[in-house]
Amino acid sequence: MKSRKPSIPYIIWMVIFTMIPIVMIGFTAFTDSQGNFSLEAFSKAFFYTDVFIHSLWIALLSTAICLLLAYPLAYLITRMKKSSQNTVIMLLMIPMWMNFLLRIYAWVTLLQDNGPIDLALSLLGIHGTYIGNSAAVVLGMVYEYLPFMVLPIYTVMSKIDYSLIEAAQDLGSNNLAVFGKVVAPLSVPGIISGVTMVFVPSASTFLVAQYLGGTDDIMIGDVIDKIFWTDQNTGSAISLILMVFIFVFLIIMNLFGDEEAIA
Amino acid sequence: MEQTAKKTIVSLKDIFIRFDGEVILNHINLDIHEKEFVTILGPSGCGKTTTLRIIGGFVEPESGDILFDGKRINGTPPNKRNVNTVFQKYSLFPHLNVYENVAFGLKLKKLPKNEIKKKVSHMLATVDLKGYEKRPISKLSGGQQQRVAIARALVCDPPIILLDEPLGALDLKLRKSMQLELKEIQQKTQKTFIYVTHDQEEALTMSDRVIVMNNGVIEQEGTPEDIYNEPVNAFVADFIGEANILNGTMIDDCRIKILGKELECVDKGFGKNTPVDVVIRPEDIEITSPENGQLTGIVEKSTFKGVHYEMSVKCGKCEILIHSTKSAEIGSEIGMRVIPFNIQIMNKLLPFYDNVIEAEVSYSNEAENYFEFELEGTTITVKDKFFADGTKLKITLPPDALSLAGDGVGDLKDLYIESVIYKGEHNEIILESDERKWLMLSDTDEQVATYVPLSFDFSKAAFEVVNEVKEG
Repeated sequence: MKSRKPSIPYIIWMVIFTMIPIVMIGFTAFTDSQGNFSLEAFSKAFFYTDVFIHSLWIALLSTAICLLLAYPLAYLITRMKKSSQNTVIMLLMIPMWMNFLLRIYAWVTLLQDNGPIDLALSLLGIHGTYIGNSAAVVLGMVYEYLPFMVLPIYTVMSKIDYSLIEAAQDLGSNNLAVFGKVVAPLSVPGIISGVTMVFVPSASTFLVAQYLGGTDDIMIGDVIDKIFWTDQNTGSAISLILMVFIFVFLIIMNLFGDEEAIA
Repeated sequence: MEQTAKKTIVSLKDIFIRFDGEVILNHINLDIHEKEFVTILGPSGCGKTTTLRIIGGFVEPESGDILFDGKRINGTPPNKRNVNTVFQKYSLFPHLNVYENVAFGLKLKKLPKNEIKKKVSHMLATVDLKGYEKRPISKLSGGQQQRVAIARALVCDPPIILLDEPLGALDLKLRKSMQLELKEIQQKTQKTFIYVTHDQEEALTMSDRVIVMNNGVIEQEGTPEDIYNEPVNAFVADFIGEANILNGTMIDDCRIKILGKELECVDKGFGKNTPVDVVIRPEDIEITSPENGQLTGIVEKSTFKGVHYEMSVKCGKCEILIHSTKSAEIGSEIGMRVIPFNIQIMNKLLPFYDNVIEAEVSYSNEAENYFEFELEGTTITVKDKFFADGTKLKITLPPDALSLAGDGVGDLKDLYIESVIYKGEHNEIILESDERKWLMLSDTDEQVATYVPLSFDFSKAAFEVVNEVKEG
């Protein structure tokens, strides 16, 4: 990325709505309720280490499943006629127009005991509970964030110059080699932005686990949500730690992107 | 060029292809010989790139055969064909460096690593890119990318290399040096190069043989000298180099009448009093005093071009272009001489001059004095003329009765401009409708290979009744 000087209004916007809040979060995290410097909030935050690790694990799992589902889908979409491509992209987008909560409620209804899925499977003689576990949380997250994975990958893939594919064929590649040596490496930028766009929000998501998960499935986002009302200092400390984790993750992703040296 | 019987390496037999109902290649036959530098030359939309893509295996013809060494290879995918292509926009892999790009084809062939390395280094040396192995593609100039693309195709050692306007994106100076370089590489490697371009100069500079295409057919094939000196028709003459193309009449063998004067020429076999097209290259006209000239004219423009003067001389109504090392003053009268050998006679592109329509009156109105007839599914109204319903007519429209409809509506829609040739006085434009061709005169330049609406001016037309309406 070339450095570009942002114009004044953007700088003002960023200072007021990005920089100042971050500084305030940092300040709150390093003080106690009286406003004195203290690391008490961080020591309290360590109480939630398990939730933290669990959240990152769920986010990682959801991101991986999203990638596995989205990549072949994006590839198949680019192989369609232009008009069908637009239709499929539209179908992917439409659920996103609905309210986030409604979509989660929909899954609650679908998965609950004696819900449609339970009933249908009961008819086949399979009985079980489908809600209130980590799998349901991952399912909800994958459903929630799949379009954010498909769209960047699809955008990058559809921009691959078709003549590159012809060039690869011309030099002796069969379909498999065309995919492995040209399409896959050139779609890495799409994968990187897809992974970023799914992992970052899913690591800090809340409500999904509350509705679909069991008692152990509470996510760090939910913890911040609850704790902030009573203890702003610990809430700030947790979100600061989360920010650091995400920041490190973004740096790793960027390094990975640079290595590929995409033109 | 020596014309020894060379082995045919690629053969296209009766190739026909349409895209969206539009004919792109109309029954093309083409033989390409071993170790030959062949250029397919034509304006954009003439089907030259499609021809190349058919040989490369990227497009399948609707009918016709492609033979490699006598074997039919229709349906063989590009990766199984023994050809490599240098693409128009190079199409280098942006995620690979120079070395990896060139080695791409060899790695697929599963050659041992040290052999790949040897071949790639040798090839990079051939195209003058030694030491650029590790460079990313995005850090190369256009000319360097071009050479990587050539190296990538050549290193696979195919007997045939296809080049699709590879120099199109380069600036003039680089293009010129690359032309020579390409020719040199071809001679060094002794491969068959099939080169596609719309640049006539490029074609003449590099090729052993030039194939001129227009509108999906091959107009002429031959050595650059043949094509330049003996064009078969006005299209080729106009497309290759600068030319004075004039309407003439072949009076008898070796006698031609142009611009009202009878001149001697060397062509025979056109019959007597046949309308023909005549080509005189601007450098073949010698300037003399008016008394000594076969033709006389007034100098209208004179521009110094370095090697020669470019002069525009008005001869009657007709404008003639002369390239001469001698200059003449603007406004002065000069004489012009051409030796018989330099007058090139060609058959007309169309077998007719006036456009004749055979029509049957479909509706007529005597009171308002007009009638209608059907032409290619369109109803055409003729004003100020009356013939009874059902009358069969022969309508003769001279070329100046046709015009491109300025309002965009016109009598006939979507005619294809097949060629625009300046005949010293007007542009002669050949148009193609669904069922036939039309000849039109115009003073404006029209864009070839576009679609236009056409209007008829029936006040300039001649009407002949073929048969009257029979009762019952």
